[in-house]
Amino acid sequence: MEKNIRIGIGALAGLLLLRNLWVILFNLPDEMDQGPIYRIFFYHLPAYFTAMCCYLAALAASVLYLTKRDLRYDAVAMAATEVGLAFAAVNLITGMIWGRVIWGIWWAWDARLTWALICWLVYFGYLMLRQAIDDPSERAKNSAVLSIFSFVSVAITYKAIEWWRTQHPGPVLSFRTGKQLIDPGMERMLYANFLALLLLAIVMVTVRLHQETLQRQIDGLRRRAHAL
Amino acid sequence: MIFLQVALKDLRSELRTKESLNASLSFAVVILLLFSFAFDPSGEAVAEFSGGLLWLVFAFAGALILNRSFARELPNDCLEVLLASPVSGAQLFLGKSIASFVLLLGIELLCLPIFGIFYNLTWTPRFLPLLGIFVLGTWGLTILGTLFSALTVNLSLRELMLPMLLYPMLIPALMAAMRLTTILLSGNDIGGDDLVWLRLLVGFDVVFTTLALALVETILVR
Repeated sequence: MEKNIRIGIGALAGLLLLRNLWVILFNLPDEMDQGPIYRIFFYHLPAYFTAMCCYLAALAASVLYLTKRDLRYDAVAMAATEVGLAFAAVNLITGMIWGRVIWGIWWAWDARLTWALICWLVYFGYLMLRQAIDDPSERAKNSAVLSIFSFVSVAITYKAIEWWRTQHPGPVLSFRTGKQLIDPGMERMLYANFLALLLLAIVMVTVRLHQETLQRQIDGLRRRAHAL
Repeated sequence: MIFLQVALKDLRSELRTKESLNASLSFAVVILLLFSFAFDPSGEAVAEFSGGLLWLVFAFAGALILNRSFARELPNDCLEVLLASPVSGAQLFLGKSIASFVLLLGIELLCLPIFGIFYNLTWTPRFLPLLGIFVLGTWGLTILGTLFSALTVNLSLRELMLPMLLYPMLIPALMAAMRLTTILLSGNDIGGDDLVWLRLLVGFDVVFTTLALALVETILVR
């Protein structure tokens, strides 16, 4: 049953991604100033939002682990962080490609870019810490605390374009600016692709959780075999 | 005020052995020396990146002190005894943070004149605001570093894990402290737009001290 739901959501995400790709490539016109490269934003921005959602889920799961001490929450935090890192990498890489075309350089040491990289490194450190601890409950407890600390960098990354004067484009979505700065069709496509990537992220997190459950079962069997 | 007793205990034991103090101070001087090969130390531009250099030295030297903060208690199971004693986790953590803070601030105050001599910088006219920045920056470094020291104390790779976790998360404080120190060492006063860095530094200290004190009990209880 669980597997079928996963396949269903995965298929929906795949179809939505294909449909969005079609609209992005063939229906939406080129942007006036940037030309065709602006289309990368339809992946850059939704990947960032998806990564933020994953980090938020990891924070919620970490807080829940510390209050309920149930290892399932720890597994959710780990899976959400891993998937969040993958989407944050998509965000960084697409941003670099855009920067190379528009700014002429792959990387600018601008506040938003730097913070996105710091955020990635902080969560990578979280995964490193997990690898370094063998005892499951000790690992869950320490990494939950680290996850809560790490979220501060997510909040700073989100606000970086407001706090510092940056080379990175400012907020464009109407829910942040209160004005319609971009074409409504383009804004709708950003949300549509965000939905597709979010569904994909949910599938990836559940697959990772399933792997974790299997790993725990294997560990249990191994322990029993040793005891015998 | 048990945390003060913990801090005094740590300071006393460190001053007796001078283990991390000597290592940290000599390491700081070695890095100061190495920096002079990376660029022209007599150039006019030194003041422009002086804050960055100085805080990198403090961050590297700080990691050596912070690594020992909880690891010092590992021989003879001292940490277990401390945790079993009626001292709360927050008091123990605060005491250890204060001890590391005092040690690191001492090293910084020794490094500053050495830095001034090596790199031909005048720091005396703005010593008091500089001390204020050192206090704020060092507190941020030690509070976060002591917490991560507690997180990594039982790891075999703790010497590697502590800087790996600490440095990326410390960036807001380091960035602000570097910027403010550079302003002061360039002979200017902090004001106008620069106050945003001071606010960032104070905000960092407040947020992370609160978070650390709220969560440290969870880390220490086994």
